[in-house]
Amino acid sequence: MQKITADMLIEKAVSLLEAGTISRVLGWKKGEFDYDVTPYVFADAESLKKDFVFDDFCGANFSKYLVAETRKAEGKVLVFLKPCDTYSFNQLLTEHRFDREAVYAVGIPCEGMADINKIKEITGDGISSLTSKGDKIVVDTIYDGEKEVDFASVLAERCVSCKSKKHVAYDELMGDEGDITDSARFDEVAQLEAMTEDERFAFWQSQLSKCIRCNACRDICPACTCEKCVFENPESPVENKAISDSFEEKMFHIIRAFHVAGRCTDCGECSRVCPQNIPLHLLNRKFIKDINSFYGEYQAGAEVGSRAPLVDYTTEDIEPGEAVMKGEGENA
Amino acid sequence: MQRIGVFVCWCGSNIAGTVDVQAVSDALAHEPGVVHSANYQYMCSQAGQNLIKEAIEEHKLTGIVVCSCSPRMHEATFRKTAAAAGLNPYMVEIANIREQCSWVHKDMATGTEKAIILGKAAVAKVNLNAPLTPGESPVTKRALVIGGGIAGIQTALDIADAGFPVDIVETKPTIGGKMAQLDKTFPTLDCAACILTPKMVDVAQNENIRIFSYSEVTDIKGFVGNFDVTIKKRARYVKEDICTGCGLCTEKCPMKNVPNEFNLGMDNRRAIYIPFAQAVPKVATIDPEHCNMLKNGKCGVCAKVCAAGAIDYKQQDEYISEKYGAIVAATGFNPISMDKFDEYAYSQSKDVITSLEFERLTNAAGPSSGHLVCPSDGRHPHTIVFVQCVGSRCASCSEKGKEYCSKICCMYTAKHAMLTRDKYPDTEVYVFYIDVRTPGKNFDEFYRRAAEEYGVKYIKGMVGKVSPENGKLHVQASDLLADKQLHIEADLVVLAAAIEPDKSARPLATMLTASMDTNDFFTEAHPKLRPVESPTAGVFLSGACQGPKDIPETVSQAGAAAAKVIGLLAKDKLTGNPCVANSNELMCNGCSSCERVCPYGAITYVDKEFRMPDRTTKVRRVASVNEAVCQGCGACTVACPSGAMDLKGFATKQIIAEVDAICK
Repeated sequence: MQKITADMLIEKAVSLLEAGTISRVLGWKKGEFDYDVTPYVFADAESLKKDFVFDDFCGANFSKYLVAETRKAEGKVLVFLKPCDTYSFNQLLTEHRFDREAVYAVGIPCEGMADINKIKEITGDGISSLTSKGDKIVVDTIYDGEKEVDFASVLAERCVSCKSKKHVAYDELMGDEGDITDSARFDEVAQLEAMTEDERFAFWQSQLSKCIRCNACRDICPACTCEKCVFENPESPVENKAISDSFEEKMFHIIRAFHVAGRCTDCGECSRVCPQNIPLHLLNRKFIKDINSFYGEYQAGAEVGSRAPLVDYTTEDIEPGEAVMKGEGENA
Repeated sequence: MQRIGVFVCWCGSNIAGTVDVQAVSDALAHEPGVVHSANYQYMCSQAGQNLIKEAIEEHKLTGIVVCSCSPRMHEATFRKTAAAAGLNPYMVEIANIREQCSWVHKDMATGTEKAIILGKAAVAKVNLNAPLTPGESPVTKRALVIGGGIAGIQTALDIADAGFPVDIVETKPTIGGKMAQLDKTFPTLDCAACILTPKMVDVAQNENIRIFSYSEVTDIKGFVGNFDVTIKKRARYVKEDICTGCGLCTEKCPMKNVPNEFNLGMDNRRAIYIPFAQAVPKVATIDPEHCNMLKNGKCGVCAKVCAAGAIDYKQQDEYISEKYGAIVAATGFNPISMDKFDEYAYSQSKDVITSLEFERLTNAAGPSSGHLVCPSDGRHPHTIVFVQCVGSRCASCSEKGKEYCSKICCMYTAKHAMLTRDKYPDTEVYVFYIDVRTPGKNFDEFYRRAAEEYGVKYIKGMVGKVSPENGKLHVQASDLLADKQLHIEADLVVLAAAIEPDKSARPLATMLTASMDTNDFFTEAHPKLRPVESPTAGVFLSGACQGPKDIPETVSQAGAAAAKVIGLLAKDKLTGNPCVANSNELMCNGCSSCERVCPYGAITYVDKEFRMPDRTTKVRRVASVNEAVCQGCGACTVACPSGAMDLKGFATKQIIAEVDAICK
């Protein structure tokens, strides 16, 4: 379970509201189910005390919400940022997507977030309540009564391979600062690379064919903040490319992966929100892994204003031909 | 809807020999928007152009596609033709069916099929073309010459004589380059210094020329007519404007054992030095790696003896920013390293030397005051072996040398051999060669004189091994004509090392966005017709940085480059390229990706008010392109994540229409 509690965050938010430092709070609101937590803008202490939650199901990364929220009204927005969220926060600042002065960022520690799908695999459907107790989560179901699952065994994939417990941006930090972790997040990509071309195509076809084009991955993605998305712009020649063949979803996801390449911080929100559970983060991680191996380690959002290798040039850059050969070598 | 005319050129049999031109014009006649399609023997001829003009008028064409040679050849021609008939020149597209079809395909069916596809792509693009109007940009009337050897000197003098200011940037403390190190010059045998130093003095005295010696170019931005260059003037710890060049400091400096690079390390200089007597500028330079005062703060002798008070141990590197209209690369060459040629014992014996070292040995101002001696013990050499093509004309698989011919070695070796025999008739001189190449005015006569009148023993064959034995050099070689092995006991072996471009050329090419070949020689815009221009507008090439050259060739190329620069600087304005980037502000996110990738600094960001759907006004940060600065490279259009940035004349939509036409 989380080391920091909802009450501590509410107390912080209320005191900042009362001091006039902020005018509203971007936080997690209780949903219909315990695992169904919703991002919400709280404007007063009353609503915070009533609905604000923080537990093992608060995975939502609020960085992107700041783009729209900071434009809406005067005054600062308080945002709670988990370590991984701060990378998106910085990346958005690098791209000038919101005004830093309009935000009051509070960094909060994170013990990793639970994946409801993993819980359901153990307990089955019909979950009526979830209560975190130490390293266990008590699951009450309408069919089988109470069950206990290990928190560690139901951690979301992106938290199992967490890249950083360190905040790279905040105005104020609650709790202790963590470290950049030595994650094994590229292992899955390496497995894909080890496949033959046909196997890999079959893998992606089986995954992407599940896509219902709900656009949740795009809407949640902190790197997708275009004023007008190319997929919704009839002037853009890309729009109809994504519907050009029977396997149209592949073009949508490939084009999207290219659009966020070099800017994706690997926050994993795309995979979290996908209702079809497509491991979309793997496409982005493949790009990150390639960029790291071609141009040297680069973490988008690690600092504000950094120049991503794909929009930078140094004389040490790999020659395009070499990159192609390297790519083919890996796939052979 | 456009009304498009298609004109298929036969180019005599160049195209028509492998492409069925009738089939191409028939096939394209049915493409969307095409109202007229014709073919003709030579579209670029007056008659062909008239055909186009008449069709534009008769069919009220709004755009044309010419299926012909590369747009590099005749795009300008056909644009002018269209303009003469009242059509916007940017409504012309070229489908290259010669270089990309007839010349690369042997089979008529394949060539024709591809020509039709390329024609369709061009038609698809013209359908989306819009008339464009070019802007103008001013020309900075000052030239930059990078490199102060004979190439740079001649180019600078010629530009300056036409009345334009020129700056020379030279990395060494003095201009003069390799020519200053030479003794005599072929084929007339005049002394190199005697003909070079007057030119150096001319440079120093010319009011239009500034010399930045001991300096390097660290940054180049901008484009033809408007380059912004940063020059780093390295600290020489001597005030240039005060030093009189008296040389007293160079005599009194206690650091006596610094290898003298001007004499290729064959003798020593002091830590404060003037490279040679006729140096320009004649100013001392302190070598910070060897100066005790700079390293340890102890000494200060030079400052004490300097009557002018020119020594400044606290001098810092200085960065100078200047604007130029044209840039000339004259970075020159160096002999390659002999490290990989162990068979010639270069590293084992001091008596195995390179030809450039031989020049210094025979030069009156050299380490032996012009007496030809063995560097090991100073004895007079009786048997001298010259080895040609050391590292030149190597097999492509060889990792040791260069594939190309270094061009100058045959002649300078003939010169060395002749001069040696002339001055020391008691010597025996052998020259081992693969071929002797002497094209050039009076060159073959010169070589024959060496072989026939001066008794130089020319032997066709290569030296296999040189081994130092008992103070002599045992040379094993083959005589291919006599078909026998030779063993020669030599006192001195001289290696004609291949030459390669100076190491500074590659980073410079990157800064200039100028192209290079695999050997790091600068590439010319056209090997025959534009030999002194780089494909990058406003960048010109002078001397050996473009390929191996002797002095007469270098000087003529230097003059040619100067003429091109003068032609450019004489203009007040340059007509720009209308194919520039433009940003759709409604779609722009203000993310700065385009600003970061723009090599010309053409993109800035502005805060602009936008009316929102709810009738409120919001200020957003959006990209704004300075069209006069934009060169239309298109880097921003691919960096833009939202597709807001596009290139006029090469819009993403147009390119995709072409690709679609090809893939259909």
